[in-house]
Amino acid sequence: MIYFDHNASTPVRPEVVEAVRVALADLPANPSSMHREGQRARAAVERARGQVAALVHARADEVVFTSGGTEGDHAGLIGAAWALEPRGRRVAISAIEHHAVHGAAAVLARTGWEVSHLPVGPEGYVDPAAVDALPSDTTLLAVMLANNETGVLQPVAGIAARARARGMRVLCDAVQAAGKVPVDCAALGADYLVISGHKFGGPKGAGALIVRQGAPFEALFRGSAHERGRRGGTENVAGIVGLGVAAAKAGEEQEGEARRLLELRKRLEEGLRGRVPDAVVHGERAPRLPNTVNASFPGARSDHLLMALDARGVEVSAGAACASGAVEPSPVLKAMGVPRDLAVCALRLSMGRTTTGAEVEQVLAALVEGVRLARATSAGSAS
Amino acid sequence: MSGRLKVLVAMSGGVDSGVAAALLAEQGHEVTGVTLKLWCYGHTSDPRVARVPAPRACCTLEAIDQARGVAERMGFPHFVVEAEETFRARVLQPFLDDYATGRTPYPCALCNRHLKFGDLLARMELVGADRLATGHYVRVEPLADGTHALLRAADGAKDQSYALALTPRAALPRLLFPLGRLTKAEVREHGRRLGLPLWDRPESQDLCFAPDGDYAGFITQSLGETRGTAPGPFEDAGGRRLGTHRGVIHYTVGQRRGLGLAAGEPLYVLGIDAARNAVVVGPRAALDSPGLVTEPVEWLTPGPPAAGTRVLAKIRYNHAGAAATLHPREDGACEARFDEPQPAVTPGQLAVFYAGERVLGGAAIACPLAAAPSRSGAASAAPEVSPAR
Repeated sequence: MIYFDHNASTPVRPEVVEAVRVALADLPANPSSMHREGQRARAAVERARGQVAALVHARADEVVFTSGGTEGDHAGLIGAAWALEPRGRRVAISAIEHHAVHGAAAVLARTGWEVSHLPVGPEGYVDPAAVDALPSDTTLLAVMLANNETGVLQPVAGIAARARARGMRVLCDAVQAAGKVPVDCAALGADYLVISGHKFGGPKGAGALIVRQGAPFEALFRGSAHERGRRGGTENVAGIVGLGVAAAKAGEEQEGEARRLLELRKRLEEGLRGRVPDAVVHGERAPRLPNTVNASFPGARSDHLLMALDARGVEVSAGAACASGAVEPSPVLKAMGVPRDLAVCALRLSMGRTTTGAEVEQVLAALVEGVRLARATSAGSAS
Repeated sequence: MSGRLKVLVAMSGGVDSGVAAALLAEQGHEVTGVTLKLWCYGHTSDPRVARVPAPRACCTLEAIDQARGVAERMGFPHFVVEAEETFRARVLQPFLDDYATGRTPYPCALCNRHLKFGDLLARMELVGADRLATGHYVRVEPLADGTHALLRAADGAKDQSYALALTPRAALPRLLFPLGRLTKAEVREHGRRLGLPLWDRPESQDLCFAPDGDYAGFITQSLGETRGTAPGPFEDAGGRRLGTHRGVIHYTVGQRRGLGLAAGEPLYVLGIDAARNAVVVGPRAALDSPGLVTEPVEWLTPGPPAAGTRVLAKIRYNHAGAAATLHPREDGACEARFDEPQPAVTPGQLAVFYAGERVLGGAAIACPLAAAPSRSGAASAAPEVSPAR
């Protein structure tokens, strides 16, 4: 199989597999325990904390380990909104945030918060000027660094500067960006930042929320003083160790990998232009992740394409899966103003560490064939 | 079946299609499971969708999980494919239109024709499939002349050929029905033997989308249909007004209960004249018809049968069948004359014609044939039904 779905999850790095195995086998104690075994487990967790901090240019004591992106988004958005409540009960999120951020905002709305949305333009990014139009009681603004579906990079620094000027704090979901492009909390101007290990070669179920020094924060999970009182619960030691190793390796390789993947992305897009000339690459002119191509193939519905590509050994994803697992038109493309007809024909091709140039050629060949068949199928079932 | 085939299997989440898929996988075929998503689950931003309640039997999220569970157990891929638009356009809308025009539709046949043997058939090429399989109890067999015949299931009690009578003939050579020679008990036993998670699930109902079998309530409350809901006259066959009905969608030919009419003898619905918004009622004897006329038939045989062909005609799913003689008409419709008059020939239901085990073809009933005036003097007793269109 050719795996072009690295934005969904990535193959775990062999070094990570080994580190997790060792941690599971050799670190049986609770890191909160005072005895020697406990101290060994604690040391492993703290080593990982340093590795994670380095990846996002944060301080180690700003790192709060979580179970991943969804928890990070919830703990960050809700925890910050609670802490900022004396100043107002309104948060703002961009229209193209990950479901997890929309979900966390819904939790706040459930308890009386107002939620404003920042629109995106046709190229898939938020105009920083939109921040100026937000209601003055907005305390917190969430904007992602890289969109998971289109790969479009958001002008987070510009947005954060305007938000800060209006007294808002900023949460940046960097789940899809970390390991693919440089992530620097201070340069971004983010008070809170979220990453997830399995997006860069780490294990699933391990991630981190960065709470910058001085940023108001209340814990979502309480009852014990883990993570300096910012996240109760015994640490997922093996997962955290794996996350740390993955962060270290991803940080080392980031620059070279970004260069290599950008070449592959160009090849993929040039191939598409040549062989499926009416394909539309979403956010084509925007700065994007080097590994992601989101394209629509007019007349070829995504669910048809997915089946055709799967049968030809190519694994990609399409839009967002609804509760049933069927493909639905992506809310991100909708927010960008992509017409429904085109949005239901979108595929996300996301490459990664294991992707080769030969695979790009094979994917192109499968796509050409898949598009032809999917168009025939759509025409057939419409008649 | 010979050699290894690539088979696309339609999986509803029920035991039958699950066992069908699992048996094919066990036999070494390369199976891809597909569940059609006919409804929107969870997302209710579309106001039309929000009104539609969750279906009760097949097509639920649980059913999708069941199908996925079989695929996981047997190690083949499974996809959920979007078919909501096709379902609305090809099944739900005709269902509503039929009720609104006084007919009693049989939506399962349309669902089989347009979704399973239409939409899914079109998807076969996507995955390079040689065959499309379902868990229906029916058989397809090649004939000596190279054409294929649709046949009743070996288990007569489970036979579903009536529901598949609208299958396009061109599809037959590409269809596979692994349960066609099995009994339900054998199917359950296979499910148990293969360790499928659903082998002991209760039987699913035939009409998956209407809760509680209350079609009129479903149509008006869930789908917001207003046609066919205006009160109008109950009339006898002579046009005398006997009372007021609640709207034609509440009635079907042959219905006795719930009419609310007091009369010396039990009264039955003989016909529904939607154009005049009248429901015609009469005694049991007046329900009998000597035959019927169908809508145009797409025959499952190379051409229409010769006039005078002797068949068994089934006029509803649970009908045992009546001996009849066919008279195909120029316009593609077909007249069937029963040897013995049959009660409650219902416009909208299918008439399916069998020669022995073989399904010759079927189509929706347009109207019953009027009783011959010479018989029993009850000339006016034949239901006056306005055929839809």
